[in-house]
Amino acid sequence: MIDSTVVDLSRLQFAATAMYHFIFVPLTLGLSWILVIMESVYVMTGKPIYKEMTQFWGKLFGINFALGVTTGITMEFQFGTNWAYYSHYVGDIFGAPLAIEGLMAFFLESTMFGLFFFGWNRLSKRGHLAVTTLMALGTNLSAVLILIANAWMQDPVGSAFNPITMRMELTNFAALVLNPVAQSKFVHTVASGYVTGSLFVLGISAWYLLKDSHVEFARRSFRIAAAFGIAGTLSVIVLGDESGYAVSESQKSKLAAIEAMWETEPAPAGFNIVAWPNEEKQANDWEIKVPFMLGLIATRSTSQVLPGIHEIRAKNKERIASGVQAIIALEDMRKNPADKAAQEKFKKHEADMGYGLLVKRHVDDVRQATPEVIAKAAMDSVPKVAPLFWSFRIMVGLGFLMLGLFVAAIWLSIYNTHRQHPLLMKAFLWSIPAPWIAIMCGWLVAEYGRQPWTVFGMLPTHLSASSLSPASLWGSIAGFMAFYTLLLIVEMYLMFKYARLGPTAVQSNHA
Amino acid sequence: MFDYATLKLIWWLLVGVLLIGFAIMDGHDMGVGVLLQVIGKDDTERRVMINTIAPHWDGNQVWFITAGGAVFAAWPFVYATAFSGLYWALLLVLFALFFRPVGFEYRSKLPDPTWRKSWDWGLFAGSAVPALVFGVAFGNLFLGVPFRLDDTMRSFYSGSFWALLNPFALLFGVVSLSLLTLQGATFLSHRTEGDLQARAKKAAQILAIVLLAAFSLGGLCVSRIDGYVIQSIGDIGGSLNPLMKEVGRAPGAWFANYAKYPVLWLIPALAYLGGIIVLVTIRAGLTLLAFVGSSLACVSVILTAGVALFPFVLPSSEMPKASLTAWDATSSHVTLNVMLWVALIFTPIVVAYTGWAYRVMAGKVTRDFIVKNDKTVY
Repeated sequence: MIDSTVVDLSRLQFAATAMYHFIFVPLTLGLSWILVIMESVYVMTGKPIYKEMTQFWGKLFGINFALGVTTGITMEFQFGTNWAYYSHYVGDIFGAPLAIEGLMAFFLESTMFGLFFFGWNRLSKRGHLAVTTLMALGTNLSAVLILIANAWMQDPVGSAFNPITMRMELTNFAALVLNPVAQSKFVHTVASGYVTGSLFVLGISAWYLLKDSHVEFARRSFRIAAAFGIAGTLSVIVLGDESGYAVSESQKSKLAAIEAMWETEPAPAGFNIVAWPNEEKQANDWEIKVPFMLGLIATRSTSQVLPGIHEIRAKNKERIASGVQAIIALEDMRKNPADKAAQEKFKKHEADMGYGLLVKRHVDDVRQATPEVIAKAAMDSVPKVAPLFWSFRIMVGLGFLMLGLFVAAIWLSIYNTHRQHPLLMKAFLWSIPAPWIAIMCGWLVAEYGRQPWTVFGMLPTHLSASSLSPASLWGSIAGFMAFYTLLLIVEMYLMFKYARLGPTAVQSNHA
Repeated sequence: MFDYATLKLIWWLLVGVLLIGFAIMDGHDMGVGVLLQVIGKDDTERRVMINTIAPHWDGNQVWFITAGGAVFAAWPFVYATAFSGLYWALLLVLFALFFRPVGFEYRSKLPDPTWRKSWDWGLFAGSAVPALVFGVAFGNLFLGVPFRLDDTMRSFYSGSFWALLNPFALLFGVVSLSLLTLQGATFLSHRTEGDLQARAKKAAQILAIVLLAAFSLGGLCVSRIDGYVIQSIGDIGGSLNPLMKEVGRAPGAWFANYAKYPVLWLIPALAYLGGIIVLVTIRAGLTLLAFVGSSLACVSVILTAGVALFPFVLPSSEMPKASLTAWDATSSHVTLNVMLWVALIFTPIVVAYTGWAYRVMAGKVTRDFIVKNDKTVY
């Protein structure tokens, strides 16, 4: 039997390193376009202050980018080191977008990253702007590809099981790339990065304005950030809604858990604004509900029924029982490839095979899967409600808060009344972490909400990990923690130092 | 669409191309990192060295990342088995690599000498450790790695990290370390001037000799151990899993490909030629040609090892039939085909803009340049 400690520690390590990586990614996504905007204004107007802005914010961009690259190295290899069975089982499909990401996006952004910093005196104005634009394009392209990969884990399309190689194999590349889940996820995710970058520039600029230093520089930066930020926030919200709609199609268990909807309600279902989900009772202790709203948002219809957690589990129980038969048939086929009866049985139950694998958490041999074991497996087939319920609400709440902030920022920028509203200006500064919190909550919803699967309906998480020892995992977790903490301290120190220095940090470059 | 067996062979070559691309491009960055404190006598000299690669290290590092991604896409069995089995070796490489992006980017952001000295050591570790471990890993491939597969294709590794550090494999580590450092030395000879350049040239001469000696000794050692041979295998033009073959061990088997196709001996011969080109041209001041010579050595040293192992990619000492080969560790026909097109379209584009970036940044980096641009260069 697979050691569940190893699985839990592997999950902890992956979650920690991925979330750490995602501290730096959104800022890169957002700042890269802000640099393009600033430099475009410089090329169009010829005003040196915009070059100074590009170079100063570029400096902070570079400090952040270095750690994004560092922690990204881990991500490219960690599927192999810690999720070997996952890598074997779905690498035929999942590996492709990762490799394409390297060839198409990483090379582009990284090559242009170097020229962005060192090419100022060697490239024409337009040439340098082209470099900056290609760098931004590269960072965003990498997001497209990684979200295609992630969307496939959420909603696996275009693949089929090969009993010879014992894995899933790609059957339709176009379906993988054009997965609708990937499209809404991509815009939602990159736009959250645009918000992060905007609020970062907005907050720091507000601080300069509060101190009355670098006023012209800060006012202009503030305006660009406010405009880009409001566009970003609106995209995040609209596409967040689209993502929710996509989830309601592909992962009903995630939606039910986010909404703490235990029982199936008549359509359109009500929406729990706040509730107190109780895992033991399998019900909410109390709830404040808006009638009809969830059904309307999630299905965009008044007649489509959304299943509650209890109903989902009951259906999963049937699929698990059927999936067990698929695995038994597969074992028979391996013993005797000519066994016609086994082949037919496999065909009949193949679609449920992933569900059958869920029992392997409780028994090694699926033939030992008694109805009790199947019931247990069905019980774990829906994630825990409270973490999803709350992180979703924090994410959405912060999203609307940021929308309010950017509307206010636009207002101040238009009427040029920064000085009259010092409290608001402080609010911009102190809100800099808000997008990060929202983003982490969002990833928790996406990834924890997919449990107990790594690939939804196909491969359970507890089968996906490498066969490592707990000692190895404790060692590597300690190593990552030590390195990453040290690097974060260094990064934050430099970030604060250069943000405090302000545009003077790049002024020797004027020659 | 190519037939499946041809695609499997093409992908063996393409993974080789990526490894070679890594050795040539990221290799010279790592070489600079290794030599940083050996030939850089003061802070300004070290900054000169770092700034020869400053605009390029990040793009070059992507060869490594993309090689990882390509192995995932083309050889998922290898990606899964090798990286989880050689867990600590890979983590060691990753941890060492962490020092590079931050080292380059942060080192000159503060003037404090202790700060800079610390990053010098970080850059050294981030360059030397991966360069060494890659060779050690190759050495262990020749010996076979202790892993087995169960009938659901889950892999189990039974060796330890320390067993990887045997003298045989360490010799291969010397080969890869000297190879990549040589690559850095010839690059520095081309892009610096004065005393620093003289020291870089001297280092290149020493490293070329060390490389050729270690390479020869490595070949001799490989001839003394048992290699792996496929005794029987299913249809290589169809779907296979690694357990569908029989594998045996035989003395001198790692030279079987060379015995069968003697023309392949040209490949190791080119490695010597590369080394000799370095030795001849560097004295004559033909530094660009010296860099071409060390790059030729990168190509041929890696191909020499790859051809010897072919079609094995990851031989298993514990369960020889589970050895992963270019025939049975690959992705499906569809994936190999799609990825071939992606590679054929994007690799030339990458090479083109990388070449352009080098042209934009061409020329020697001088002490004067560093002093003048103190705040904006690395």
